[in-house]
Amino acid sequence: MKKLMIGNEAVARGAWEAGVRVVNSYPGTPSTEITEFCAKYPEMNCQWSPNEKVAVETSFGAAMVGARALSCMKHVGVNVAADPLYTAAYTGVNAGLVIAAADDPFMHSSQNEQDTRMIARASHIPVLEPADSQECLDYTKLAYDLSEQYDTPVFLRLTTRLAHSRSPVAVGEREEKPLKDYEKNPMKYVMMPGMARKRHIVVEEREKKLAEDANTLPVNRVEIRDKKLGVVCGGVVYQYVREALPEASVLKLGLTYPLPEKLIRDFAAQVDKLVVIEELEPVFERDIRNMGIEVSGKEKTGLQGELSAARIRQLFGDGAEAPQEAALPGRPPVLCPGCPHRATFFAMKKLGLTVFGDIGCYTLCALPPINLMDSTLCMGASVGMAHGAEKARGKEFSKKAVAVLGDSTFIHSGVPPLIDAVYGGASTTTVILDNRITGMTGHQQNPASGKNILGEPAPQLNLEALCEAIGATVRVCDPHDLKQFTQILKEETQADHVSVVIARRPCALLDKRRKEPSHIDGCHNCGACMKLGCPALQRTEKGVVIDHTLCVGCGLCKQVCPFGAIQGGEE
Amino acid sequence: MKNTNIIIVGVGGQGILLTSKILGYLALDMGENVKVSEVHGMSQRGGSVITHVRIGEDVHSPLVDPGEADFVMSFEKLEALRAEYFLKPGGVLISNTQEILPMPVIMGNTAYPKQNPANEKTVLLDALKLAEDAGSGRAVNIVLLGVLARFLDWPKEKWESAIAACVPQKTLETNLKAFRAGLAE
Repeated sequence: MKKLMIGNEAVARGAWEAGVRVVNSYPGTPSTEITEFCAKYPEMNCQWSPNEKVAVETSFGAAMVGARALSCMKHVGVNVAADPLYTAAYTGVNAGLVIAAADDPFMHSSQNEQDTRMIARASHIPVLEPADSQECLDYTKLAYDLSEQYDTPVFLRLTTRLAHSRSPVAVGEREEKPLKDYEKNPMKYVMMPGMARKRHIVVEEREKKLAEDANTLPVNRVEIRDKKLGVVCGGVVYQYVREALPEASVLKLGLTYPLPEKLIRDFAAQVDKLVVIEELEPVFERDIRNMGIEVSGKEKTGLQGELSAARIRQLFGDGAEAPQEAALPGRPPVLCPGCPHRATFFAMKKLGLTVFGDIGCYTLCALPPINLMDSTLCMGASVGMAHGAEKARGKEFSKKAVAVLGDSTFIHSGVPPLIDAVYGGASTTTVILDNRITGMTGHQQNPASGKNILGEPAPQLNLEALCEAIGATVRVCDPHDLKQFTQILKEETQADHVSVVIARRPCALLDKRRKEPSHIDGCHNCGACMKLGCPALQRTEKGVVIDHTLCVGCGLCKQVCPFGAIQGGEE
Repeated sequence: MKNTNIIIVGVGGQGILLTSKILGYLALDMGENVKVSEVHGMSQRGGSVITHVRIGEDVHSPLVDPGEADFVMSFEKLEALRAEYFLKPGGVLISNTQEILPMPVIMGNTAYPKQNPANEKTVLLDALKLAEDAGSGRAVNIVLLGVLARFLDWPKEKWESAIAACVPQKTLETNLKAFRAGLAE
């Protein structure tokens, strides 16, 4: 019987069946579950790396000495991994190396809408794009074959609607791949200029050969129906096209870089009108136009957001407009009841600080009622930005500013900018929201967790010792001791040295200590507790009430009530 | 089975992903082609959550288009109103009457809408009460699954074995009670 799998699960299964031995990744929506599912197979050594660059380097090391390896990341993670990747394209891989990169059109959970197909073109790395879960499995296996046959890393590009959609999958068995021979070969793996110049020639030749072979690769498929309209598409967009334009002829691209020029020319010659339907950048369209073939599409689909069958029908079919959502109060995501970030940001707001933010659940503190986030750029950016702000506006500015990031984000890329701040004689304050887990992506372990991906005990990174070794002054406090935490924050922002304040408290969703919900007696309805933005607190005309089904008894509201009207919960 | 499109909506944490997983499992078990689309990540933090379930031979896209849903199943009233535009003419709306206030309402910036869904074929029920009677307020999703089962021509045993395959063993008894409550109500 077939199994219903999300695309990410099918990629993991494909990797297992392909004989992959080593998996290193950093979590990032919508890619995270690939590595989580990989970890269920004991034949694969899986680890959450501190960041995507380390993940790819580790997987590359494994592939170079003969083991098939995988690294998974979201689209912006590919930027972090770009340095090893661009040069791994030169060296080639020995055993297969696949990078599963999940793009997020419409930014369901991302800070930009970049298109991995563009990075693939810049780095000369081939790309495979499946269109459903079965293809996620099949193309993953194909990716390893291509990787070894053409001696190159291969991108497997997913998008959110593929990564997180379930469809039936026929699974196979694992094919054990013995370690490939490894022989020292500095001309291939030591990329000094003299060697790299020779390898660059190899890259170009390899790419030409693959482009030629792509014309007969079965994953590039021509489906001739009505010849009035021919559509070139790939990935999940193929499904939308089949749904919206069932009569149209289709060239479904499975290998989306390099493109099969002859196949495209033949297809274009068979249809009256050729269009490309693709999300994000006009990647296929530009490539096809550069071949001298008349084509259109992007002027209708635009660069932003997702496509859907309804939108394609509207743009290329009968033009019918789909019904629109009614105007109703929105329901933005919020910090969970008991979330430690609420206390941290409440204290920072009280001190009137400029907050250089980062990537994590705490980014939600940019929204009402907290409204306390001046910037969110990319992983780890907060620390360097606070330093740059001080360079621009002087030490007085740093007395009213902080950089804020989570433990996982700090480990990912907050350490070098902290070194830089100390080295530069700055006086910045960095708050590490240390909940010992990578929270927003759904609780993945990291080096500060003290556990590995299987939940087994692992060496635990000592954040205090690390920051002290860098030369920062370190203070540690539970932010739910609101008074003391606020005092520490005040002292350290005022201090004339680089400080790290570690706000340490477990993620509320993982805090197993059972506490009684709080209750209110004699509410003056002053609204002080409402400034916390806790979903368990609701204001009525008679005063604030606590929703006992939501309250986890963290006791934070009790600390901010000026009338002592709230009782119960944590002391 | 002819193409059947189901939209499931609610508030992050109400067990929406689990419900679509059960439906997908069941459809596959009944020998149907099925696609389910979910959104993970930020939506789990108490925000609006939507999943799409599409069953049938000709299903390509994993997404239900607006105006194409045979069923909208909502675990919360405001989310039912929000998802109403997915219904096709003659489609059925199944909704819990429970109101969970979103942050803009909690902050007093806007009011929770007073109206009920306007759709002609609508089943409104206090699924929270039925779930609590069955043993846990967390089983709202399974109560509503029971209501959906009234409209789909699949044997009760198949529904129950799909639930058994997807929920944690220790919650099975409560969930089966919840399912039967929704089916019978």
